[in-house]
Amino acid sequence: MSNYGPASALPGDHIRIATDPYTEPFWQAAREHRLTTCRCANCGHCRIPPTPYCPECQSNRIEWPDLPGTGTIFSYAICTKSPYPDVPDFVYVPIVVDIDGTQGHGARLVANFVGDADEVAIGMKVKVVWTSINDGWELPNFEKA
Amino acid sequence: MAWVNRDKCAIVGIGATPYYVRGQSWPQTTDQLAGEAIMAACADAGIDVKDIDGFAYYSGAGAGYTGKMDTADFMEQLGIREVGFTAALTSGGGGMAGTGGLATAAIMNGDATYVVSVMALQQLPQSRLGTVFGQAAPTAHNSFMQPSGLVGPGHLMSVLARRHMHLYGTTRDAFFEIVQTQREHAMPRETAVRRKPLTREEYFASPMLADPLCRLDFCLETDGAVAFITTTAERAKDLRQKPVYIHASRHGGTRAWGRAFGWMGMPDPTFASSGHKPVADRLWADTGLTAKDIDVALLYDHFSAMVLMQLEDYGFCEKGEGNDFVLSGKLRYANRKQPGAIPLNTHGGQLSEAYIIGMTHVREAVEQLRGTAVNQVEDAEFALVTGGPAAIPTSGMILRR
Ligand SMILES: [Zn+2]
Repeated sequence: MSNYGPASALPGDHIRIATDPYTEPFWQAAREHRLTTCRCANCGHCRIPPTPYCPECQSNRIEWPDLPGTGTIFSYAICTKSPYPDVPDFVYVPIVVDIDGTQGHGARLVANFVGDADEVAIGMKVKVVWTSINDGWELPNFEKA
Repeated sequence: MAWVNRDKCAIVGIGATPYYVRGQSWPQTTDQLAGEAIMAACADAGIDVKDIDGFAYYSGAGAGYTGKMDTADFMEQLGIREVGFTAALTSGGGGMAGTGGLATAAIMNGDATYVVSVMALQQLPQSRLGTVFGQAAPTAHNSFMQPSGLVGPGHLMSVLARRHMHLYGTTRDAFFEIVQTQREHAMPRETAVRRKPLTREEYFASPMLADPLCRLDFCLETDGAVAFITTTAERAKDLRQKPVYIHASRHGGTRAWGRAFGWMGMPDPTFASSGHKPVADRLWADTGLTAKDIDVALLYDHFSAMVLMQLEDYGFCEKGEGNDFVLSGKLRYANRKQPGAIPLNTHGGQLSEAYIIGMTHVREAVEQLRGTAVNQVEDAEFALVTGGPAAIPTSGMILRR
């Protein structure tokens, strides 16, 4: 087993996001450090990224609940090469997280794990930490809960 | 029920450029590479390039993420007079093996007579596929993925591989076996980019680009073009080569796979799969064949782990048993097919020969069924060719001697 050591999130000053009318409420909540999801106001099915129609009932009605900000690692990778030419190589851990307070599939988040890369495991409980990125937005990442 | 177009059309010509290490095809242009492959395919079939009257593409008629395959440009540059069909399967390399079905649709509908399918790829520094998602401009949807640093397809699929290892105990030894097997298959081939023997030590010392996948689990970054010509089985009889019949070709998939690793929303067991099972099930129903009847498997190998998952999804072994099946050595080439064995990517595949978004697999299938392959499987009758595990469509094609 390799010894990767501490993993950090991608540097926020290198991250830009774009929004559309359906995704913007997610990011506006994130700006206030509230983790939310796009939830169908008709049947309760959750989906990320937010999209116009509920795949279960085709409703266009959406609500944005406050979630606990915790979840479980569903899968992950460990990367060692910097994605950016002007940033030296560092260890980062992309994770797929099943988000607590959502139901069914489709409301996962893909984020970075911040902490000891050698400790990461499928099934690990995690909680959100916020990374400041460009243009005043905040990005949800996760650390061990 | 048998596929309505079973054996009604055939691949009658195949052509390719040399394969180049990434960027080294310059100063040739992608149009030039594609034109060379198309003209070679016509020469192979014994038809005039002006006989082409249809184009069946995949990958949205893209050529990598920055290039394009455009029918009007080809007509102008190659002197093609008139076309009655020009269409592409959507999304990316997943549809590659569906082009045979698309060409068949064109021909059986009476839209066209000689249909060409072509892919040219040139990866200059600004158009490398390996880091394409990291370089893309932010969109509302990729903003939920890109900030994770899953910068390329291999990074994305490493997450699927990890889940497979977690659920089924799959090991890196199995990934190594796939990579080494294909390297051995590439060694006698003049066309292959990687021909040196690969040792276990070398593999396990290779940098972990996205643990659990190392650099050698990633396919090559190469340039080149491959084209093939499809026509009716009737016409094929009068042409230069022995016809290779399109026994079945399907593309599609279910919502559970859907956007695949572009979103990571797939439930188990689809998450740790190739997404090919629905296509596989239809191909077997179309043909009455099973995996046991296939003589050579040309499985889309952008990443070693996805080959293992395709072996499961096509029923070469049970779901979750890919690790032991691969490690049994049954994928290795032997000129006479051994019981229970399935020679895999006998050309070396995209891991060792060249990566032209899957089209080298069609070329190898055609050579195997003509009996002219370098690593010839004796009396090969049925070849399975697959498109890439990727967002829908995935695709598969069974070719027959
Ligand atoms: Zn709903």
